[in-house]
Amino acid sequence: MALSKKIVIDSTLRAAANVRSSNLPYDILKAASARLSSAPSGGKHMLPDLPYDYAALEPAISAETMTLHHSKHHNTYVTNLNVALEKLDSAVSAGDVSAIIGLEGALKFNGGGHLNHTLFWENLSSDSELKEGPLKAAIEERFGGIDGMKSVVSAKTVAVQGSGWGWLALDPTTGKLEVATRANQDPLQATTGLIPLLGIDVWEHAYYVDYRNVRPDYVNAIWNVINWDVVEQRLLGAQK
Amino acid sequence: YAFDALEPYIDTPTMKIHHDKHHATYVANINKATEGKDEVPILDLMANALEATPVRNSGGGHYNHAFFWELMAPHDKASKTKPSSKLMAMIDKSFGSFDEMKAKFEAQAAPGAVFGSGWVWVCVNLAGDELKIVGTPNQDNPLMKGVADEVMLPILGLDVWEHAYYLKYQNRRPEYVSNWWNVVNWDKVNENFDYVVANHVGVNVKG
Repeated sequence: MALSKKIVIDSTLRAAANVRSSNLPYDILKAASARLSSAPSGGKHMLPDLPYDYAALEPAISAETMTLHHSKHHNTYVTNLNVALEKLDSAVSAGDVSAIIGLEGALKFNGGGHLNHTLFWENLSSDSELKEGPLKAAIEERFGGIDGMKSVVSAKTVAVQGSGWGWLALDPTTGKLEVATRANQDPLQATTGLIPLLGIDVWEHAYYVDYRNVRPDYVNAIWNVINWDVVEQRLLGAQK
Repeated sequence: YAFDALEPYIDTPTMKIHHDKHHATYVANINKATEGKDEVPILDLMANALEATPVRNSGGGHYNHAFFWELMAPHDKASKTKPSSKLMAMIDKSFGSFDEMKAKFEAQAAPGAVFGSGWVWVCVNLAGDELKIVGTPNQDNPLMKGVADEVMLPILGLDVWEHAYYLKYQNRRPEYVSNWWNVVNWDKVNENFDYVVANHVGVNVKG
């Protein structure tokens, strides 16, 4: 069965894989690699570069925190996700269902960690301005105003027990904005169906260097460095 | 002991903030949650803690930290202590050897085992004839019905919330865990062990 699958390869992807990888979008390259290799999970993930310098978000978040958070914590999730995916590939190739299921925790934790942090870096910026537009309108409609939204998101996010995340999200079944929290690295969309628009990391590593135990001060400060353009792009993308 | 007593294994600022801020907040919150009710020792609140979220989070937080401070001591004192022969016998029976117990504990304390915030415990079962190592999330502990497969009685515990080690170790949790053994006061652990085996209930804590 495996042998016959390998022979039937999409010719366009085969052609695409032969083009120098720098010319290919990352997701096409990964799909091509998956087709042509024995790695059904699509090969290795990479730590994304930040769209700004480590010091860009000061004073809300220090360069020290950004350096540790990105180059250590997020990097570890990426490394361990790749390890888990390699194990998954072996288990799938061997048809070992028990081993596949046994990887559930590692995939959710490290895969979720990678997804969550990638979204997080993108929704932060030193250039933080909520302009008139569909996002502002949706917030005003749902929460009565931007302060109302911040108040709800902050309260729920600060109240997370232990490690986790706070999210402003879109419910695709109702078209409404929602506020949700998740424990540990549980990814929002995969576990609830809600589409993440804006994430706030409240694992202690996200704020301990700068704020020690005072999580509310961190959450208040992070509103100053939200990339509202990205949040709006996500809203528009989710509404398609 | 003083805030600097566990240096260099656990740093002074961590001890100060961990005790004066984190633990103090749990105490304040459990007092708020139990206001107006009869005074009950914190140990007695643990059994049914899952029935009330503030008791689970803040009561658990208070018990766990009060338990934790007591089982540590400055290295020059701690290094002179060791498991009693009775405890060693049960360690050997349950894990094979002390080193195997340590290895199992460290594996349970690793970032991939306790996925977020939590604690790692060495416990005696209710019958008093076996030791088990278990990880619990957030401020849960094995005394709480419904947390582990069965209620168990901790004799040794380690906080692996990031606040317990971040200032000195950042993301390097395994280094924190292996250094922590240097401040474990086995005299207190032995005392805990004798008590739970004899009484089949959890250890009492101050406050």
